[in-house]
Amino acid sequence: MMLNDYLILSSILFCIGLIGVIRRKNLLMLFFASEIMLNAVNVGLAAISKFHGDLDGQMFAFFIIAVAASEVAIGLGLLIMTYKRKNSLSLDNLQSMGG
Amino acid sequence: MENLLYIALFAPLVGSIFAAFFANYPKKLITGLFTSAMLGLSMIASLVLLSWVITGNVVHVRMLDWIVIGNLNVPFGFVVDQVSATMMVVVTIVSTMVHIHSIGYMDSDKSFNRFFSYLSAFVFSMMILVMSDNFAGLFIGWEGVGLCSWLLIGFWYHKEDKPLVKDLYNSPFSTLSPHSSISPAFAANEAFITNRVADLAMLVGMFLIYWNLGSLQYDEVFANISSLNTSTVVAIAIFLFIGAMGKSAQFPFNQWLANAMEGPTPVSALIHAATMVTAGVYLVIRANEIYTVVPEVGAFIAGLGAFVAMFAASQALVATNMKKIIAFSTLSQLGYMFVAAGLGAYWVALFHLATHAFFKSVLFLGAGNVMHAMNDEINIKKMGGLYKHMPRTGLIMILASIALAGIFPFAGFFSKDLILEVAFGSGSYIIWSVLWITAGLTAFYSFRLIMYVFFGKEKYHEYGYHPHETYGFVIAAMAPLAILSIVAGWTQAGFTNMVTSILPPLNVHVDNATLWMLIIVTTAIVLVGIGFAVFKHKKDEAYFGEALKNRFCYKLLANQYYMPLFFEKVVLKPYLAISRFSWKEIDLKIVDTIVDAIAKTIYTTGNESRVMQTRNLSTALRWMAFGLLVLLILAILLVSNN
Repeated sequence: MMLNDYLILSSILFCIGLIGVIRRKNLLMLFFASEIMLNAVNVGLAAISKFHGDLDGQMFAFFIIAVAASEVAIGLGLLIMTYKRKNSLSLDNLQSMGG
Repeated sequence: MENLLYIALFAPLVGSIFAAFFANYPKKLITGLFTSAMLGLSMIASLVLLSWVITGNVVHVRMLDWIVIGNLNVPFGFVVDQVSATMMVVVTIVSTMVHIHSIGYMDSDKSFNRFFSYLSAFVFSMMILVMSDNFAGLFIGWEGVGLCSWLLIGFWYHKEDKPLVKDLYNSPFSTLSPHSSISPAFAANEAFITNRVADLAMLVGMFLIYWNLGSLQYDEVFANISSLNTSTVVAIAIFLFIGAMGKSAQFPFNQWLANAMEGPTPVSALIHAATMVTAGVYLVIRANEIYTVVPEVGAFIAGLGAFVAMFAASQALVATNMKKIIAFSTLSQLGYMFVAAGLGAYWVALFHLATHAFFKSVLFLGAGNVMHAMNDEINIKKMGGLYKHMPRTGLIMILASIALAGIFPFAGFFSKDLILEVAFGSGSYIIWSVLWITAGLTAFYSFRLIMYVFFGKEKYHEYGYHPHETYGFVIAAMAPLAILSIVAGWTQAGFTNMVTSILPPLNVHVDNATLWMLIIVTTAIVLVGIGFAVFKHKKDEAYFGEALKNRFCYKLLANQYYMPLFFEKVVLKPYLAISRFSWKEIDLKIVDTIVDAIAKTIYTTGNESRVMQTRNLSTALRWMAFGLLVLLILAILLVSNN
């Protein structure tokens, strides 16, 4: 397989994630979508790293995985708190910061 | 010796800062006492330094680096040589006595503490000015004294502006009116702004020096000045002299000095008679090595000095404003000093500067006593017969006036006669005759003032004044100055020996017979002036008949040659008009419109795009995705274009 194929896969995954972020109303789903986007990037980084023979990209992917993991841990905690307070995770019900 | 130098320099600053702490409090006697004590300390240090340099030593210290950028290296350096030591002694003696006098004079002023803070700050600046070993330090002191002068002239800033009436006896432009100027605030600003104009020229002179010689240190500049071509040196000399003209109130910058009489009288004694106004003369003396290279500039200085001497003395003839008479006299004597300096007799100029500082300051202090006794009356025609009530002030003022007129053996005789001798000996007969006539005028107006104030009919009764002699300690403060104005001239031989070690010796040869002739002729015209003043007053109690008062020449003198009017009409009015035009037309209509337009655009854009914010995170995310897309497209377009 060529580099392009991996990058196309990465782009498709990214777009799926983006559409999820735009379309979904549930905060939990938004989280999933953003994870998909992050991992789409990871795929791209790993692929480029492999094809260019440079390990920096893979290292970067590891960093992203680590950051994403901690982000999810905190995010899920916040989600649980929000759900306890508001009894809902729909974005339409979370509009307290009106300008 | 270094420590003494620092004590002499910084003691006034300590006093000033101490007094400043109490600036907002009601009168505290301690501020007056402490600042006077600090000045006394400074005076003692200066006297010790003088006795040190008199034997030919020089104290030169480099306190710290100040400006070190590239090739420019200006240190905070101070030098006490024969010239600066003389200046230091004069400044500290006069200012100590003025401080003590002010304790009495400002007795009931509510800003007592503030006054002493300013006064000591002035002395500190003046010390920087005279002690600096480079032009930059001199300029700092120069601006410092200008600032303090502004603060002190406008000390009673709350006084209202007087109306500009045409009446000769009420117009603020006339020397017959009770007003010295439009208002203290006006006089202060006038002095400050006039000096700024002249200081610009001085800065240009300093830039020229630095440009051509790469240094501002006196030693280096004077050592290399002859290596420059003449036109550059002429430019430097002229620009520096314009700065000196501003500070020493020479024509056409003269108007501020007479108006500065709005300040408290001790201020006039210290700043506008003895010290600050002589800074211009000091500059010319200090830079003598520049002026000796270009004698044509010196000739101009001497000519201008002689003109100002006559010009100012003539205005003093008719004035009835007591302080203005003395101010004109100061101006006239500054003219004398510039004549001496211009003709190359630098040490003579310095000598006259010193003796003049003593008798003129004590004259002002005496005027302060008189005004205090008369509830701040300033018109000498409303006084009369005060000698009976204030014998000690009267005696001191008479002594000072004799010294000013130049009668043997008083101080003025030695220094003034020397200037006349220099003028005659260097072949400048026109200058000599102008100065000779001025000597007569000086004697006349000094004694006209004395006669009007201290003798004759007691006219103040009609105005309800009850004159009284001032405090004993005030007289005690004036006594040393009065004694100095008698004996200062006797030190001539020693003084000459001392200062000619760094100033050029006198290059004038007048044989003995001519010398005696000159002395006799000068003394004769002085005696005629005094005699006319005394006897005419004894006979008529007045000097100028009613017929004369309607003549143009009388009005010309009383209106100060219409110079204030001229400045009002030709400089201030058009300047105000231009300022108004630039404000209303340029600033409001062009500059402000542009600025407003920018602000309005940003505001409207913000207002219009507010609808984007719906507080729904989903919408916001969509906008974000949209923005990302737009940026991406832009980036791709940019890359593909390259």
